Amino acid sequence: MFEPVFANFDFFVDGYVTTIVLFVSAFIGAVILGTLFAALRVWGTGPLRSIATAYVEFFRNTPLLVQLFFYATFLAQTGLTRNPVQAAIVGLAVYTGAFVTEVVRSGILSVDARQLESARSLGLSQLQALRYVVLPQAVRTVIPPLGNLSIALVKNTAVASAIAAPELLQQGGVIASRTFRLDPYVAVIIGYLSLTLTLAFITSRLERRLAFSR
Amino acid sequence: MTKRLLMILALFALVLAACQPAANGASAPASDEESAGASESQAAESIGPVVVDVTGPNVDAIIASGTLRCGVKFDVRAFGFNNPETGEIEGLDADLCRAIAQSMGIEPEFIEAVSANRIPFLQEDTVDVVISTMTVNEERKLEIDFSHVYFVAGQSLLVKDGSDIASIDDLAGKVVCSVEGSTSETNIREMAPEAELLLFKTYTEAGQALADGRCDTVSTDNTILFGLAEQFGGTGLVGGEFTEEPLGIGIKKDREDLVAYVDAVLEGLKENGGLKALYEKWIEPFTGEVPEPPF
Repeated sequence: MFEPVFANFDFFVDGYVTTIVLFVSAFIGAVILGTLFAALRVWGTGPLRSIATAYVEFFRNTPLLVQLFFYATFLAQTGLTRNPVQAAIVGLAVYTGAFVTEVVRSGILSVDARQLESARSLGLSQLQALRYVVLPQAVRTVIPPLGNLSIALVKNTAVASAIAAPELLQQGGVIASRTFRLDPYVAVIIGYLSLTLTLAFITSRLERRLAFSR
Repeated sequence: MTKRLLMILALFALVLAACQPAANGASAPASDEESAGASESQAAESIGPVVVDVTGPNVDAIIASGTLRCGVKFDVRAFGFNNPETGEIEGLDADLCRAIAQSMGIEPEFIEAVSANRIPFLQEDTVDVVISTMTVNEERKLEIDFSHVYFVAGQSLLVKDGSDIASIDDLAGKVVCSVEGSTSETNIREMAPEAELLLFKTYTEAGQALADGRCDTVSTDNTILFGLAEQFGGTGLVGGEFTEEPLGIGIKKDREDLVAYVDAVLEGLKENGGLKALYEKWIEPFTGEVPEPPF
């Protein structure tokens, strides 16, 4: 069992590292995009709010695979990048960012509007009130669903294999198609589990730490 | 309002999808029912039926089932190509499938087998034979059996016009596109270790990536590249052939009677000139040469 995996171990490690790069970069991008658009959806006015809504509805409601095919071709044809890993990071970040927007928005809305009013009436500026009163409470609501999104993102990185990004699934698939065996895929599953279970653990720890009373 | 709009959009998409002809999904069998008659006469015209005197449990089972299930490529011109205009599977591999089915007196059924699927399809009994530009090699012989070699191809490079790649020695630091589970992929890793490899499922995707500029060259059998060069304009082959790829028909292990049957059909086609006629039909337009049967 697993001889083909050990015989090509560096091959697997390359794929594993690429998967981690995809996840970390796309997650950072998604959180930045999500926070930005959530702010627009909650406090934005007129067209800004519409743009944010359109962003969420468009990217949340089209298949990730189609989006990745689009970016891989579009970014190459426009000469921006022809690297499939970079194209996949852009695609995953924009896609996941739409979900993060909704999570952050619901987090912000979960904080009673009167808290902001009270903070303002106590002499805090709008930004101070957000920074010291609203956001700390919003973060608490946001952590569990954000943890779920991070786990979903890890699994979604596998879609990047379709645009030839040499991530874990693709590298495992190459070994499998060369050795005609199933165990490379078992190794791939273990690789993904090692990432998702770690994220689940971190999420539950964070949840407990932030579970101070309201 | 938005909800209603979405409903209409969804309906529209459904109708559109229904109007499309069946897509070449990874394993969608091409319904050959309507076209079988036409293709059979076409094959008969160029080859003529081969009478084979081989029987055995596996051959009998296939004849009893009434269809010969062939795993072929759907996107490789001259070998296995799903012609969008006629809806027929064309090429040397496809016609060999027709010839075998014809001498069994049954209908051929074409199932798309991309490179990485070929051996699993045989082992899972999804297809009876794989005729899918498949190189015979020792690793694969451990898993499946092969017929006679029916064609010898050679690996080459497809580049855009004006590329600075002239041979296999120029690939250091270049991005090379190929297909997962092919001998081309392992050959490149060995012969040009400095090259960066991008692996797709099909040759069309690799050709598209070259056209988009996602890679500098596509490398695989020259015969496949000739077809890609026709599909994607402004490209051409360079560097000659740097490997030898003997192509054979793949059959599941322990089916000696089926191997003997397929070999007998190939021998019959060699004798009656049918194989040569197929080379003239599919290979000569690309290479300008009619090769001798390699067995």
